[in-house]
Amino acid sequence: MSAAAEARLAEARRADLTPMLEVEEVARYFDVSRPLLQRLMAREGRRILRAVDGISFAIPKGTTLSLVGESGCGKSTVARLAVGLYPTTRGRVLFDGQDLARARADSAQRSRMQMIFQDPYASLNPRWRVADIIAEPIRAFGLAPSRVQEAARVAELLTQVGLSPLDGAKFPHEFSGGQRQRISIARALSSNPEFLVCDEPTSALDVSVQAQILNLMKKLQARLGLTFLFISHNLAVVRQVSDRIGVMYLGKLVELAPAETLFTTPRHPYTRALMEAIPDLGMTGRVRTPVGGEVPSPISPPSGCAFHPRCPLANDRCRAEAPVMRAAGDAQVACHAVDEGRG
Amino acid sequence: MSLLDVKNLRVEFPTRRGTLVALDDVSFSIAPGEILGVVGESGAGKSMTGAAIIGLLEPPGRIAGGEIRLDGKRIDNLPYEEMRRIRGRQIGAIFQDPLTTLNPLYTIGRQLAETMTTHLPIGPGEARERAIGWLELVGIPAARERIDSYPHEFSGGMRQRVVIALALCAEPRLIVADEPTTALDVSIQAQVIALLKSLAREKGTAMMLVTHDMGVIAETADRVAVMYAGRIVEIGPVREVVKHANHPYAQGLMGSIPPLDRRVDRLQQIDGAMPRLSAIPPGCAYNPRCPQAFDRCRVQRPELMPAGATDAACWLHAP
Repeated sequence: MSAAAEARLAEARRADLTPMLEVEEVARYFDVSRPLLQRLMAREGRRILRAVDGISFAIPKGTTLSLVGESGCGKSTVARLAVGLYPTTRGRVLFDGQDLARARADSAQRSRMQMIFQDPYASLNPRWRVADIIAEPIRAFGLAPSRVQEAARVAELLTQVGLSPLDGAKFPHEFSGGQRQRISIARALSSNPEFLVCDEPTSALDVSVQAQILNLMKKLQARLGLTFLFISHNLAVVRQVSDRIGVMYLGKLVELAPAETLFTTPRHPYTRALMEAIPDLGMTGRVRTPVGGEVPSPISPPSGCAFHPRCPLANDRCRAEAPVMRAAGDAQVACHAVDEGRG
Repeated sequence: MSLLDVKNLRVEFPTRRGTLVALDDVSFSIAPGEILGVVGESGAGKSMTGAAIIGLLEPPGRIAGGEIRLDGKRIDNLPYEEMRRIRGRQIGAIFQDPLTTLNPLYTIGRQLAETMTTHLPIGPGEARERAIGWLELVGIPAARERIDSYPHEFSGGMRQRVVIALALCAEPRLIVADEPTTALDVSIQAQVIALLKSLAREKGTAMMLVTHDMGVIAETADRVAVMYAGRIVEIGPVREVVKHANHPYAQGLMGSIPPLDRRVDRLQQIDGAMPRLSAIPPGCAYNPRCPQAFDRCRVQRPELMPAGATDAACWLHAP
């Protein structure tokens, strides 16, 4: 694709006002019960893990929404729900205005979304050459009329992610972690997607390599008008790439805000606790008070607001009644204390 | 007077295709009560340095040169049994994954008590009481009720606390902690860091803290050593290394950390990747990636030399 054509395409993508992805009251439960016989003998019921329990957000085209939270908060489950790798238990997901399940059945629509995974060692087939790995989506969607054009496209993609076209003949084990993640990105881009779901794309990488990959992703977004759903546990990384940020705790969104707002005026007590917990590179010597306790089990979440056992602002209402998302400035927050002005 | 002295340490891995030098001429020391942070990317040799000190190098790795002294006494050439006694009593180890450190078949109380009765002149009753005390100290709620629980009955953060109690209970004078908080969530990590720091301060324990997380180092360590391709490229007080690093690699490493307090258009990045052990370039190992490399860097290897308030192995600071 020529640079001018790329620019026109990126412009057209950003001008479209239908959100790329809309998630409405989506929940995903997993049945983690023991086998029937054991359950009968122990006289216990089913155990349901509520990985995602009713969350809503929308991602406008050409922007990045990030989800942050600690392990077990359900952020990776949301990533999989967003591309239809899991069906929803409740609620619905709209991809560019149409039902996600229907979009996935249509290969022209399916090719518009791709995913990048955390572990570049596990997500590339070790027995395939890099050129075949990258060409797989091109073949699956029938995007190249001939082998020659396919090879040209693979070479272009390798160059785009900062590798050499000659690298296509090699196997994944010949590359470092950062280079492998570049291969994953090239593969994800090969079907000309508009929407990329990135699940912890830099967590397995060293910090200097992480900077390379984040810079590459930002460059590609600016050039191709891509829309990102970005999953990470690292708030500093998220700040560099996001337009909007959602903070998750135990399967729910507790705060959703524009990136700058979230960092300048974090409202939910959990968001504040997370920021407080990050080691301070500035070495201001300020004394931090880490939040106590640990994330409870999503199989038996606490009553009311799930954060109340660790929350310094919790009162009786928080223990009894689950808060819902309400507008607070240009953010949305699910917290009674913020609602009542106690925060 | 330093507690730990490492001098010209060299670790080799003999392979079919020749000998790989994993650590080359590594020297540093740690004083009692001091926390030395060791940072670097995967494969730089940080964990290897820790393993060499506690005498647990994975074969066929072996110490091929240099010496390690604990309190003036050489410990790198001791027979296995003698080193094993030093390892529990004088040097405690904390590893990244708490599940591999704890024995899943024994209760945590038994593991703690056994460690103490082996290394300290106390009986089982006294050891059990002390074990409860240690569990309380590392912040395990209801320690008396939980002492007879098995490792799997604890969450990840609690298990790492048990591991810390286990490393500390024989009251060692040196602790080697290899990525002690990497497997933990950030809110738990903050709790564990605060704990390690206060224990080191109170008991005067020296600590070598190996991690790739500069934030953890900045909060915890007194001095930092930055490693690259099996060598220390810069060592100095933590504030100096974090804020005014003198080695171009250390500068690049600090610059590539995404800042939390602002958004930048483009992160500083170090192009390329660290060389494999089998293909370390001549001269300074960093020269192919270094924006400031000149002729001397390509032929002659720099040793640590004074540079500002730190020591850096870089010809830019040659006198």
